[in-house]
Amino acid sequence: MSEERHSLRLRVNGAAYDLQVPARRLLSDALRHECGLTGTHVGCEHGVCGACTILLDGQPVRSCLMLAVSAEDYEITTVEGLTRPDGGLGPVQQAFADTHALQCGFCTPGFLTTVAAGLRDNPDPTPAEAREMIGGNLCRCTGYQNIVAAVLRAAELTATRARGGGR
Amino acid sequence: MTTKLFGAKVARVEDQRFLRGRGRYADDVLADAHTLHAAVLRSPHAHARIVAIDVDDVLEIDGVHAVWTHEDLAGAMAQPLPLLIPHPALTHGRTQYALAKHEVNYAGEAIAFVVADDRYLAEDAVARIRVEYDLLPAVVGIAASRAAEHLVHEDVPGNVGARLEQANGDAAAAVEAAPHRLSLDLTIDRSSCQPLETRGVVARWDTDAGRLQVWTSTQTATGVRAAVAAKLGLDLGQVDVIAPDIGGGFGVKINHPWPEELLVPLAALRLGRPVKYIEDRREHFIATAHERGQVQHIEVGFDDDGRVLGLDVQFWHDHGAYTPYGLIVPIITSTQLLGPYKPGAYRVRFESIYTNTVMVTPYRGAGRPQGCFAMERTMDAIARELGKDRADVRAVNFIQPEEFPYDHGLVFQDGRELEYDSGDYPASLEKIKALIGRDDIEVFRAEMAAQGRRVGIGLACYVEGTGVGPYEGAHVHIETSGKVKVATGLTTQGQGHQTAFAQIVADELGVPFDRVEVTTGDTRRMPYAVGTFASRAAVMSGSAVHLAAKAAREKALRIAADALEVSVDDLEIDGGVISVRGTDASIDLGTVAVLSNPLRYAFDEASKAATQFTVGDPGKPPVADDDEPGLEGRDFYSPERSTFASGMHAVIVETDPDTAEVRILKYAVVHDCGRLINPMIVAGQIHGGVAQGVAGALYERMAYDDAGQLQNASFMDFLMPYVSEVPEAIAIDHLETPSPLNPLGIKGAGEAGVIPGSAVLAAAIEDAEGFTLTAMPISPSELFHLRQTEET
Repeated sequence: MSEERHSLRLRVNGAAYDLQVPARRLLSDALRHECGLTGTHVGCEHGVCGACTILLDGQPVRSCLMLAVSAEDYEITTVEGLTRPDGGLGPVQQAFADTHALQCGFCTPGFLTTVAAGLRDNPDPTPAEAREMIGGNLCRCTGYQNIVAAVLRAAELTATRARGGGR
Repeated sequence: MTTKLFGAKVARVEDQRFLRGRGRYADDVLADAHTLHAAVLRSPHAHARIVAIDVDDVLEIDGVHAVWTHEDLAGAMAQPLPLLIPHPALTHGRTQYALAKHEVNYAGEAIAFVVADDRYLAEDAVARIRVEYDLLPAVVGIAASRAAEHLVHEDVPGNVGARLEQANGDAAAAVEAAPHRLSLDLTIDRSSCQPLETRGVVARWDTDAGRLQVWTSTQTATGVRAAVAAKLGLDLGQVDVIAPDIGGGFGVKINHPWPEELLVPLAALRLGRPVKYIEDRREHFIATAHERGQVQHIEVGFDDDGRVLGLDVQFWHDHGAYTPYGLIVPIITSTQLLGPYKPGAYRVRFESIYTNTVMVTPYRGAGRPQGCFAMERTMDAIARELGKDRADVRAVNFIQPEEFPYDHGLVFQDGRELEYDSGDYPASLEKIKALIGRDDIEVFRAEMAAQGRRVGIGLACYVEGTGVGPYEGAHVHIETSGKVKVATGLTTQGQGHQTAFAQIVADELGVPFDRVEVTTGDTRRMPYAVGTFASRAAVMSGSAVHLAAKAAREKALRIAADALEVSVDDLEIDGGVISVRGTDASIDLGTVAVLSNPLRYAFDEASKAATQFTVGDPGKPPVADDDEPGLEGRDFYSPERSTFASGMHAVIVETDPDTAEVRILKYAVVHDCGRLINPMIVAGQIHGGVAQGVAGALYERMAYDDAGQLQNASFMDFLMPYVSEVPEAIAIDHLETPSPLNPLGIKGAGEAGVIPGSAVLAAAIEDAEGFTLTAMPISPSELFHLRQTEET
């Protein structure tokens, strides 16, 4: 006997996706497999590594700890949604490129979404606050050194762009 | 003039797709509803006989397409997995079956394989398989294995897979005759690689083409290809293996073929549908590989200056339940233990032993961290015994710059002599002392002591054989558009190869960097390759792409010289244009590519220049006997032996007098990997390595209970460092002693950061506490207990 499927509409990066999924389908799997947004990565499936972090109405959330059917009422932002409409890199993405804050790139989407939300709440973090901001995400490649630098650089870029200058 | 890119901090090209969420990792391939998904039933017991397996319930589940146990496998698939690296000393090597036959030897071993419409259903199905086990006693830990009260494999006496001894001189006699003698007993615990992306494999059988395509998160695409063809009974030419973007490896993905790397392709073949398997995190803990676990006994004899006259080492290497990767890890420990030193005489003996735990294959450093720990603990013990400065004791034991090449009289992991090619250890020592602030430490210690705080300093040195053979190759194709397509066969797990290799090619060909596109790990583009391990990619493929680009350049200049009717010596290439020095005459590389391929048919405006009524000497064949069409270069690099990078780490720690927590105040690295292709990437490699070194010294271990159950098989319980656990800054200084063994003078850099982690932190904690440490990693509670033991 087949699993019962539920109809739902997810709103991701400003677009609507109409899905038919079983109740137990994780939001991370729905985003990746049903919506085809494979930028969101799954590293542990128990909410510890942070690779699958997305934004729900702007708040960072682990998409592996949420069911797709419970995400219907939110505006979802994934890493794909951080890119500018013209295809250029957003300030957090640009900062990661500038500071070599990624190696294998697998944990990166979760850091990017986390930092994007973090800088909105604290646009001018100290180095200690920058470390705190990324304190819940795991990276196995970088030793975090350049990710901390990227947070500070992203704050700089965001401020410059807000003033209408820079890239 | 184009700026030289070799040595420049060129921004990585791969970041552009990763940052946009457009990487292609294994789970991103064939992410559609037509693809079937696999799950694996794994043994819940560390040691058991399988009495019966009942899968009847499973086939009734709607959406299940296949359920296999060992009985469903035939031919080569039913045989044990390959023992990849045989060695004469590995007299009792054992490997597992793709699906367990009669017995399981670790909790996590694959027993049954299910394919279903999605992963959720596949896991439902796995849960409904019933297995009857006859439990056997589990052998866990080195002590239990050596005691051999129970055996892991019935036919392996004493649980010993291999015994190996190497010697240079009579170490026992030298120790005996030395003015001072010490013995040490050391332990180092297990950890594992834990890349953020677990293993994953996807396969599609193309019925129309009669070809199998396999995408797998591997460190060796060519290795998997050969294994899949052999096991599935396909011709090599029918199998393509593609290592897509890979979310970290650190060694665990060099072992192959994993059971799923064979079962998924077989399922794709049998079912005629694409099949995917993505390992979950728990599976990664219990069903891949670990490393590091060793017990060591050292006898050392030395003179009044601390010069080592004789070094006699014995160690026991826990290789887990199986030995697919042979003796590579303990051989590396036994040889790289020597570091930058030249003991008067050296003997090393090891036993590689079985336990009912996850098998052991290389993890970044691959036996070197344990060797470094043994040697550096010994150096610190000698200094303490003689009341001498720890750096001075090391210095009197260094191989001197004028002694290179230095032959240790041993055989290295590649079967070649352990001969160091170049290095300057005294210079490194001076640099590390300056970088850590050695001269200021006593003042700092006194200041901290006045505040009731304890600090300690540690130093550790290492040498790392990098760039082992046998070879790597590269293919460079200059297209008629002027774009340059480069392929090399080894794979990439975050090292930025697409950038570093493009730097080398752009320099050699004189083309803009953004015209060069590098592909790695795709057997369709380069079928001859070995893999990414042992810090070998930059050395091996870096040299190969350089040689291949050089061949393409020579051909381009030859054709251009003909076309422009000048001598090759008058030509130069810059910005993708070949010009005659001192004149306006020039031709761009794209046009040269057109001319390199004599045509009958023009397909566009540019290609008309190469058609038969336009070019060519009617008196000669359009393609000369010793030539071939196309503007391409292909070459292979195969060095005589490894090249030896080196370095030194120093750390200042503070230990909390109440909680025994260890805090890193300063971490410094001096590193010599020869000439740097991209210093930004090298620094990143060091950062990541240091984090893993700190992790292995202070946080990570595999917590097995006596029944062989891994108690911390999740990121919740295995203490992988977050940003809060790594040093806030890592000071790095480079020495560049070029390797004479390759055309670019480079040495490997990938593993250096991790090697001295346990050694340097043990030294610093010991210095802060005033008593000796013999086992790593060390947790605050262990340090606290040690304090209590020392007080009583």
